[in-house]
Amino acid sequence: MTWYDSFLQQLVDGLVLGSFYALVALGYTMVFGVIKLLNFAHGDLYMTGAFAGFGGLSLVSGFLGAGWLGIFVAMLLAMLAVGCLGVVIERVAYHPMLAAPRLSILITALAVSLVLQNAALSLTGGQYTAFRTDLGFGGFNLGNLFLSYNQIVLVATAAVLMIALELFVSRTLYGRAMRAVSIDKDMCRMMGINVSAVIAVTFFIGSGLAAAAGTMAGAYYGSIWYFMGFLIGLKAFTAAVIGGIGSITGAMLGGLILGLLESFGTHIPFIGSEWKDVFTFSILILVLVFKPTGLLGKSEVERM
Amino acid sequence: MTQSPTQPAPAAAAKRPERVRLCVEGVEAFYGQIQALRGVSLEVREGEIVTLLGSNGAGKSTTLKTISGLVRARRGDVQLEGQSIARLAAHEIARRGVVHVPEGRRILRGLTVKENLELGAFTLKDNALRRQRLEEVYELFPILHERRHQDGSLLSGGQQQMLAMGRALMHGPSVMLLDEPSMGLAPKLVTDIMRIIKRLNEAGTTILLVEQNARLALRLAHYAYVIENGEIRMQGEAAKLRADESVVKAYLGVGES
Repeated sequence: MTWYDSFLQQLVDGLVLGSFYALVALGYTMVFGVIKLLNFAHGDLYMTGAFAGFGGLSLVSGFLGAGWLGIFVAMLLAMLAVGCLGVVIERVAYHPMLAAPRLSILITALAVSLVLQNAALSLTGGQYTAFRTDLGFGGFNLGNLFLSYNQIVLVATAAVLMIALELFVSRTLYGRAMRAVSIDKDMCRMMGINVSAVIAVTFFIGSGLAAAAGTMAGAYYGSIWYFMGFLIGLKAFTAAVIGGIGSITGAMLGGLILGLLESFGTHIPFIGSEWKDVFTFSILILVLVFKPTGLLGKSEVERM
Repeated sequence: MTQSPTQPAPAAAAKRPERVRLCVEGVEAFYGQIQALRGVSLEVREGEIVTLLGSNGAGKSTTLKTISGLVRARRGDVQLEGQSIARLAAHEIARRGVVHVPEGRRILRGLTVKENLELGAFTLKDNALRRQRLEEVYELFPILHERRHQDGSLLSGGQQQMLAMGRALMHGPSVMLLDEPSMGLAPKLVTDIMRIIKRLNEAGTTILLVEQNARLALRLAHYAYVIENGEIRMQGEAAKLRADESVVKAYLGVGES
C-alpha cells in the first residue's frame, strides 16, 4: 500500500469512528444546552441503546432477518425505548435537582451512570454479548482502498440522522423553541413555551441518537458489554468540547474531527494505537487551554 | 382595594371603562424570607393604559412577574377576565394572553429578528395567522423588517425594545405587561417608544406599564397606581396625579420631563 492508500483508509476509518462520536456528542451538547448539565450518564445510554438494539433485533429478526432491514428496525425500536428512558431519567433524577447547586446535579448524573452500568452488569454478568447479524463483510475496492458496505451504510445513516436533527432545530418552530430554551428559560415561559416539555423532548432526541449509535456500534463491531459506554462517553464529551459545547453543528464537527484525529493519530510514528486515548484526551486539554469555547461555541457577551 | 385618602376614588372609577381585563387582589409575594409584595391590588380595564409607578425596589417588577407567573403569589389572587390565573404555570398564563415584555427586553441571542418574532407566536397553531401577524408587526416597525435576518441581540437598544414589543404583539395579547420600556434609551428614542405604546393602545392593546420615568408614564396612561414598599400607596386618574406636583415630588422623586 502506498502512502496515499493508507491515508484514504485512515480517512474512512476516521469517518466511521467520527460518526459514532458525533451521534453521542449531540446528546451531550443538547442536554448541556437546555439544562447546563454535563450528563455523564450519556455514554451509558449509548450502552443501553446497544443492548436495546440487540433485544430489538432478536424480536424482529424472525420475520425481518438480521440484515440491514432488521437492524434498521431494531435501531428504531432502540431509539424509541432509550429515548423514553432518557425522558424518565430527566423527570426522576434531574428535574428535581434543577434548582439545586450545579454540583448536585452533576453528582446525580454520575449516580445515574452507575445505576445503568450496574444494571447492565448484573443482567449480563459482565460477559461480552455477541451481537450477531447477517451483514457479512461485503464491499468493494476503489483502487487499493477497500470500502465495506457496512461502513457506507453506517456513515450514511449517521449523516441522515444528523441532517434531520439540524433541519429540525433550524427550520421548525419547535426546534427554535429548543434553542430558545437553551438561551433564556423564563423568557420562553413568558412566550407560552412549555419549558419542561421542551427539555423532555431534548432528552428524548439526545438519548435516541445515542441509542442509534449504540445499535450501529453493536452491529458493526459484533459484540457489546456493560462498560462499552464509558470511554465513548468521555470521547463524545471531548468531541462536544472541541466543537463548542452547546452547539449542535459543533458537536457533529467535533465528533468527525476527533474520529479523524484518532484514526490518523494512531499512525503517527511513535504514537501507536495503545496511545490512542492519551492522544484524544491531550486534544481535550489543548482545546480547554487554548480555545475553551470550542470551534463553534459562543462566548457569553451581554449587550445593552 | 387600598385607597389613598387624598383621592376621590369613586369619581375616578366611574370614568374608567366598564370591563375589567386584569385584576390583582391582595397579592403577597416573597423572595425567600423577604416579603416583596404586601397585599397589592390593582385593576386594568379593557383598552386602558395603566401605569404602575414607584422607586427602585418598590415592587413594580415583582408585581408584573407575579401576574405572569414567574413569581408565585403566596396570598391573594390574579384574575384575567374574571378567571383566576394565580395558580397556573407561567407558560399557561402566557397562553391565555398575558404577555410580559420584561425589563432588559430579553432578546434571544443567536436567533434572528424574524426567529425571535416567530417564537412570540409559538402558541399559534395557525401558520397563516402567524404570517399575517408577522406582516402586521413589520408594518408597525419597518426597521424590524429591514433587520429581519440579523441576530436580534445585536440590534440597538431602541430596536431591541421594538423587537420585544413586536414579539409580544405576535402573540395577540389580551393584556401586555411592559416593564421599563424606556430603560437605557436615549431621550429621543424614549419619545419614540412612548409614541409606539400609545399607538398600540389606540389599536386596541390593553397595557400595564411599569416605569421609573413617572412624568412620561403619567402623560401616557389613563390610570395610575403608586407602589411603595410592596404596597399600593395611591391611585387615580393619571391626569390628576400628574397635575398634583406635591404628589409627584413626594412619591415619585423628580422625574425627567
